[in-house]
Amino acid sequence: MSGSTEPTRIDRRFADLKAAGRPGLVTYLMAGDPDLETALSIVKGLPEAGADLIELGVPFTDPMADGPAIQEAGLRALAAGTTLKKSLELVRAFREGEADTPIILMGYYNPIYNYGVDTFLTDAKAAGVDGLIIVDLPAEEDDELCLPALKAGVNFIRLATPTTDDARLPAVMQNATGFVYYVSITGITGTAAPDTDQVRAAVDRLRQHTDLPVAVGFGITTPEQAATIAQNADAAVVGTALVKRVAAAHADGGDPVDAVLSLVRDLAAGVRGVSRN
Amino acid sequence: MQKPNSYRSGPDESGHFGIHGGRFVAETLMPLILDLEKAYTDAKNDPSFKAELDDYLAHYVGRPSPLYFAERLTEHLGGAKIYFKRDELNHTGAHKINNCMGQILLARRMGKTRIIAETGAGQHGVATATVAARFGLPCVVYMGETDIERQKPNVFRMRLLGAEVVPVTSGSRTLKDAMNEALRDWVTNVADTFYIIGTVAGPHPYPELVRDFQSVIGDEVKEQMMKREGRLPDTLVACIGGGSNAMGLFHPFLDDADVRIIGVEAAGHGIESGQHAASLTGGRPGVLHGNRTYLLQDDDGQIIEAHSISAGLDYPGIGPEHAWLHDTGRVEYVSATDKGALEAFQLCCKLEGIIPALEPSHALSHVMRIAPDLPKDHILVMNMCGRGDKDVFTVADALGEDL
Repeated sequence: MSGSTEPTRIDRRFADLKAAGRPGLVTYLMAGDPDLETALSIVKGLPEAGADLIELGVPFTDPMADGPAIQEAGLRALAAGTTLKKSLELVRAFREGEADTPIILMGYYNPIYNYGVDTFLTDAKAAGVDGLIIVDLPAEEDDELCLPALKAGVNFIRLATPTTDDARLPAVMQNATGFVYYVSITGITGTAAPDTDQVRAAVDRLRQHTDLPVAVGFGITTPEQAATIAQNADAAVVGTALVKRVAAAHADGGDPVDAVLSLVRDLAAGVRGVSRN
Repeated sequence: MQKPNSYRSGPDESGHFGIHGGRFVAETLMPLILDLEKAYTDAKNDPSFKAELDDYLAHYVGRPSPLYFAERLTEHLGGAKIYFKRDELNHTGAHKINNCMGQILLARRMGKTRIIAETGAGQHGVATATVAARFGLPCVVYMGETDIERQKPNVFRMRLLGAEVVPVTSGSRTLKDAMNEALRDWVTNVADTFYIIGTVAGPHPYPELVRDFQSVIGDEVKEQMMKREGRLPDTLVACIGGGSNAMGLFHPFLDDADVRIIGVEAAGHGIESGQHAASLTGGRPGVLHGNRTYLLQDDDGQIIEAHSISAGLDYPGIGPEHAWLHDTGRVEYVSATDKGALEAFQLCCKLEGIIPALEPSHALSHVMRIAPDLPKDHILVMNMCGRGDKDVFTVADALGEDL
């Protein structure tokens, strides 16, 4: 269901992927990591390098679902002066040159609650944000942001996890739009590799409860893993591996833009090698 | 704000106290806290659970704790008649074990085989390690690296009790980061692990169940005071970090309209200095660690590190029920500085022969402020929620003494 029936960029992108007969690549990076200017250069290069959808992390001091790599990325971004407002400016700057690739903000609720939900949705929509993934807003808290977002025409991407059982799935899917993000491990980001067979079974189970595209993430680091996961899913999400590239280049005085985009190209090649036909 | 019919009926079904509380957790944890809620409701309605808990409280924890008339302090201040609720005499030296005993019995009931906890000063960590040892369950305690450095004796105690103490090196390396890390552990070890939260905060049902397990404090005070004075006290005072000892004392009295109730937050170097832990006085509503409540945060909604000389009050949030009691005005929330707490600490040692923890020294600092102006027949109860042995190094350091 959706308060706004107009297809979003996310809906259109998954429709295009389906028409092309291939799965998609979703890339995650932290806004403002290692600084706002470099982050913008990276994000601007993502579509050309093969990212089909872009997740942009909004830094928070207390990211309780993230592993060390993304925690540190958040601290680097905060140290560089990144705020929610500046993250939205980054999206706006990206949108000036790119009309089609969906961009999804991912993070925690407090910065948005602090910004004011209605003002945030107005500003996010105006900046060109297409969807939100808010880790600490489960279905039980849909009144907070999910329902207002749907009304504003912004997709609220629902997370499903190995602990989300069949009894719970209908409630979790009730207000889902855009796509469903299957968290492939119990745990925090970037710390364990998913078990391919279990993920396949879980994705099949999800499809019994939703017609939405299913993206799988948490723990996918290589083009091979991404390709394997994407055989059964509509998209594979890679985050920590890319964030680590930023960290390494930043520490060595290298170029984070090249470091990230070369991995994105490899990941895209892996995912695009998967054919539905 | 509209006054409720009862101040004791919260939270509502979805875990809210007014706008506060709730269940702001990752989807992975949501089924687990729903299970916990169900298990707790079952346990509450099972007389054998209460009987088992009461038995351990009597024979292992040492309850009821005495209600003690602080005669020399009363004389010294020259006003209100001051009583201490002596929860520092519990096994492990603080009120924390009341809650840990309740939660570990719940964990056993749920068939959980591994215990995790967060700790700041180490008191909750020690209490958790203690009950885990008592029931033979492996226990992991997350503690910020900064706190490990300033609370070495408690770290060693936990290790003696068989717990694994994991240093937390993320973020600011204190209590809030320890709580993040415990949540990360829980999200990873969902099948066998029970998370014993140490205060009246976190996602529903934690604020409710920790409050219920701590309410033994206020229930005892009511009974003891009726025996001793034949009436209810006029004023209750307790210190607040997350607020579990205060909620335990306050909750049974919330609907006794004639009882004035005061919570004392840690003002650190002074509210105006910006270096404090007074989230009600110096913060605003936000969402952290599973609940909405007053938080110390910057303009962007980033959490600001708290400061207090007392590691147990050094937390940038407060339990959601306190936040609601603040909004409704039922409880007055004030603050006391590091300096005030140190003065109270020393006075209590000299006049009463009781070395208080730095946490209740904040409550005592406020008692010293108000007692002289109250009439001699005014009865005031302060929760002496912890003993100060753990703090002697901190106090020596603050007083410029080299041990």
